[in-house]
Amino acid sequence: MNNNLKDIPYLKLSGLEPLIVTPDVNFVNIGERTNVTGSRRFLRLIKEENYEEALSVALDQVRGGAQILDVNMDEAMIDGKKAMVTFLNMIASEPEISRIPIMIDSSKWEIIEAGLKCLQGKGVVNSISLKEGEQTFLQQASTVKAFGAAVVVMAFDKDGQADNYDRRVEICERSYRLLVDKLNFNPQDIIFDPNVFPVATGIEEHRKNALDYFLATKWIRENLPGAQVSGGVSNVSFSFRGNNKVREAMHSAFLYHAIQHGMNMGIVNPTMLEVYDDIPKDLLDRVEDVLLDRRDDATERLLELAEYVKSDVIKTEDVQEWRNASVEDRLSHALIKGIIDFVDEDTAEALEKYQQPIKVIEGPLMDGMNVVGDLFGSGKMFLPQVVKSARVMKKSVAYLEPYMEAERQKNTVRNNCRILLATVKGDVHDIGKNIVGVVLACNGYEIIDLGVMVPADKILQTAVEQQVDMIGLSGLITPSLDEMVYVAKEMERTSMKMPLLIGGATTSRLHTAVKIDPEYSGTVLHVLDASRSVPAVSALKGGQNQKLHHKTKQEYTDLRVSHAARTSQKQYLKIAEARENGFKVDWNTQKSYKPKLIGTKVYQNYPLEEIRDYIDWTPFFQTWMLKGKFPAILKDGIVGSEASKLYKDANQILDSLVREQSLRASAVVGIFPAASRGDDVLIYQDADRKELRETVHFLRQQGKKARGLPNFCLADFIAPETIEYEDYLGFFAVTAGLGIEDLLAKYQAQHDDYNSIMVKAIADRLAEGLAELMHEKVRKELWGYAPDEAYNNQMLIDEKYRGIRPAPGYPACPDHTEKRTLFELINAEQKSGITLTESFAMYPAAAVSGYYIGNPESRYFGLGKIGKDQVVDYAIRKGISTEVAEKWLKPNLNYNA
Amino acid sequence: MKGKIETLLNERILVLDGAMGTSIQSYGLTAEDYHGARFKDHSQDLMGNNDLLSITRPDLIREIHRDFLEAGADIIETNTFNSTSISQADYNTQHLVHEINFSAAKLAKEVAQEFTEKDPQKPRFVAGSLGPTNRTASISPDVNNPGFRSVCFDDLVAAYTEQTLALVEAGVDLLLVETIFDTLNAKAALFAIQSIPACGEIPLMVSATITDASGRTLSGQTTEAFLISVSHAPITSIGLNCALGAAQLRPYLQVLADKAPYFVSVHPNAGLPNEFGNYDQSPEQMADQIEEFLKEGMINIVGGCCGTTPAHIERMSNLAKKYSPRHLHQLV
Repeated sequence: MNNNLKDIPYLKLSGLEPLIVTPDVNFVNIGERTNVTGSRRFLRLIKEENYEEALSVALDQVRGGAQILDVNMDEAMIDGKKAMVTFLNMIASEPEISRIPIMIDSSKWEIIEAGLKCLQGKGVVNSISLKEGEQTFLQQASTVKAFGAAVVVMAFDKDGQADNYDRRVEICERSYRLLVDKLNFNPQDIIFDPNVFPVATGIEEHRKNALDYFLATKWIRENLPGAQVSGGVSNVSFSFRGNNKVREAMHSAFLYHAIQHGMNMGIVNPTMLEVYDDIPKDLLDRVEDVLLDRRDDATERLLELAEYVKSDVIKTEDVQEWRNASVEDRLSHALIKGIIDFVDEDTAEALEKYQQPIKVIEGPLMDGMNVVGDLFGSGKMFLPQVVKSARVMKKSVAYLEPYMEAERQKNTVRNNCRILLATVKGDVHDIGKNIVGVVLACNGYEIIDLGVMVPADKILQTAVEQQVDMIGLSGLITPSLDEMVYVAKEMERTSMKMPLLIGGATTSRLHTAVKIDPEYSGTVLHVLDASRSVPAVSALKGGQNQKLHHKTKQEYTDLRVSHAARTSQKQYLKIAEARENGFKVDWNTQKSYKPKLIGTKVYQNYPLEEIRDYIDWTPFFQTWMLKGKFPAILKDGIVGSEASKLYKDANQILDSLVREQSLRASAVVGIFPAASRGDDVLIYQDADRKELRETVHFLRQQGKKARGLPNFCLADFIAPETIEYEDYLGFFAVTAGLGIEDLLAKYQAQHDDYNSIMVKAIADRLAEGLAELMHEKVRKELWGYAPDEAYNNQMLIDEKYRGIRPAPGYPACPDHTEKRTLFELINAEQKSGITLTESFAMYPAAAVSGYYIGNPESRYFGLGKIGKDQVVDYAIRKGISTEVAEKWLKPNLNYNA
Repeated sequence: MKGKIETLLNERILVLDGAMGTSIQSYGLTAEDYHGARFKDHSQDLMGNNDLLSITRPDLIREIHRDFLEAGADIIETNTFNSTSISQADYNTQHLVHEINFSAAKLAKEVAQEFTEKDPQKPRFVAGSLGPTNRTASISPDVNNPGFRSVCFDDLVAAYTEQTLALVEAGVDLLLVETIFDTLNAKAALFAIQSIPACGEIPLMVSATITDASGRTLSGQTTEAFLISVSHAPITSIGLNCALGAAQLRPYLQVLADKAPYFVSVHPNAGLPNEFGNYDQSPEQMADQIEEFLKEGMINIVGGCCGTTPAHIERMSNLAKKYSPRHLHQLV
């Protein structure tokens, strides 16, 4: 090898991921089926503009092992430039394909240029040559360079294609010198194609076609430092079209020798390739005689033998091929791919082989799950896939369970780590907790799941009785944060030592550090999401637990200190000043609108079919820890394909829910005459506004604002009692979770966490959808201030409409206890079937309640922190003690109560 | 200029400024500030068009630059993150692109000059900031039509050419293609820059944004794939900025530190946004994480993105003096 080679970097290409052609990379396989000149099927698909299916051709290539994808649209009957751009853009939206670099293949320069403008990665241009002279060659090469691509250079000049050794060498050398010396082109970015031509054609001049290619390849690799050599292999066997057996042998033998001579990339159809060692000896001999031009009668002898080895079977890839592998590999495959069909029979076979059920679990099942865990941890698998894997795991374990029970009679050894999980008292939300349970169970931890609304004493009692190694608490609503603090205090009081894990949507590292950690001397750890649960648990369980304990305690102490410093910096107004700076509606220019409905209206068994059109899917994907906005997420570069699958599954379940009416939805809406008094809103019995029925209490922002910004309170959007203005306030409570228990019980019995989580997530979405739908009904009909409104679902999600529907417990009005007043006003418990727990969470969990404010200037805001003066005032307004008010408003206090 | 800056980069760690947007926010500006007298009757609300402030409130932008230079920044970025015709179209101010860029670069140069004159031992430089625009060339905004694009390569090249010409005309010392979330957009910027002859002598910085823990850009590339995709351009430094805090950027920065044959830059956010979307990592906390990078010799240029204030930059500047820069080596 030339000495200069040491200084030349390797060829580096990229799609979404890098491809680095090091000497260790024996051969880079270029996928060739996305070529209209080479594939009739692909041509037909492009002609029909069936790009979706054309993409599946590309995907097959990637899955078949292609490392670069060649795309060619050179066909007289299609607009090649348009087809190239469209197809490359489509590929960019399929991460599994766009993972690998693209080779833009065309004889038309305008198509190549258009293609280059679509590649974010470093691709390859195929091809340029000296066919039209040096000037064009250099011009095209410098464009390739400016776009940052590598280039295939054909051994071609004004006199035609190089068809012997000398011409190949001469043209390649000249091209190389022009590129490197004149353009300073990176030598490693030059890929020579020294022309693969057919052999055994019967024409005397063709005898050396393969041999000359080999020798020219060798010369290039030795004399043109850094350059690569490529070629289209199938050309060589052209004269044996129709005899795949011979062609496959020729391709293998050609590749074998070409690689020996230095060819390091090429276009090969993997389904047309025999394993070199498997080629029958007599056939291989005669093929190599032809390729290496070893005998004068080589062609005749190969033709003669070809008569006998004609194969009539065309190889087709057997999709169920994995079924032929060992039982361990089959189980592993099923786990990774989430295939449930053969679990029982494979588990039975494994049990026979391993004798003890625990050995099956610790052996092949855990091996498979470890792969899943690694893939998930490194971001190569996504949560829905992991849950499917868990389903396979659970099914297999369920098969083994009776056998284990029998074993257990003899044996009392307990599993290595046992974790108690619970959603705390007052809270009914458990989707996230269930996901954590599944992920941990997949990783071999024993999970004791106490379910939802679990009181502290039950958690502690179970932890002791079952000798658990750690406790994980979950919660979604804000009062759960306090309940967690309470559990931590109880653990301290009863001298427990085990680690306490904190998770759930409202929990945060900061809250854990400031409120929970100081209460418990054992390790307290906030776990951000399910993907962090395994590393957290394994660190706590492993030898690092003491180190982690000290590290976390220190971190949380630091957080507390900086938090204390920060909260004291933020400036707050006195409540009187904040009211002074409230939002001022100009009631003189606002027109009052009398609602068509005054009083309440109940909708029972609201058709799910109608609700589903109002679903906002984005939060659904968040439930599954897939980040991104719907519908863009379906085409997301990373999670798109998983999101699409999930979306499809969800819609299938929705179809069956609609069909079988197994979930029921209901809604109650009420609109009443109202007027504001300070930060309260008075609700009157009747339109004459004489008799007071209820008072709704709101809170006001107290943080100091920049000049010109008001301190908002929801009461600001309701006309005050002191002016002549008939205003109204609406209320609603909706649910789509009636009957969900039966569904969940069914899935639980089938060990099907995937569908169980799915149904809960869908019920949540339907409830939100129903809230959206009812709000629209209110605006257009029941209140009727916007009868002509016509927004599509996205516009509704984007809140383009007039008015807002804030919900108690959410940022603008965080006090959950106000739900009681709301529920009583519209008799929600009786009419909608939703009940309130002692912590004012709604049951079923798939429920939404809130207010309708119609004022066009109304808007959402976050209350932020408030001062003690407002809390005292609020407690008086509500007729409760300051302590009780502080308890419920804890997350919003700017002081330590 | 290229030689001068590259010599400096071999000698010491240079400090980039902090967040322009966060600084502007702290003034609590009103629509009148943005419109000024000149755009009083503009067809559209200009509130939020921060780049326009270089024309309507130059005093304020100068003050921000000064604050960062006081804090010790060697390089300040022009207030031109959104100053392409594509991004300015949101405000119907695309006709002002030349003026916005020229004014921004001019005033940054004046302030930098002031500081250089005060202390010639510490020369100050101006980097013309080229943001990603508000459109992506690799991702369809319409799910039902994944082949569709709201912006094409040629549009981007034209917009970046217009912006770069104005920045160069006003005399910026460096060009910084930053917050790259779609490498194809960045490739268009690099294509534009390479086609302007005057840019040949201006050091070129590129900086990508890793969106989240997946370790990818928004358009799906890994850090190394990104590095390979822009390696045809005459790059002086490559780096990462925005989206994540220093701690979260570390594994991706390591890739560049190990593999990039260029100087390496980083300007992270002040941690991850809190529940209110604000950044509240303190200068001390951020500096602690940055110090790790410095200790391990991973970087040549350090600064801040969203949420970083002059106090953050001051900390970094003091730290940067204590450590030597990453050694630039040619890697295979």
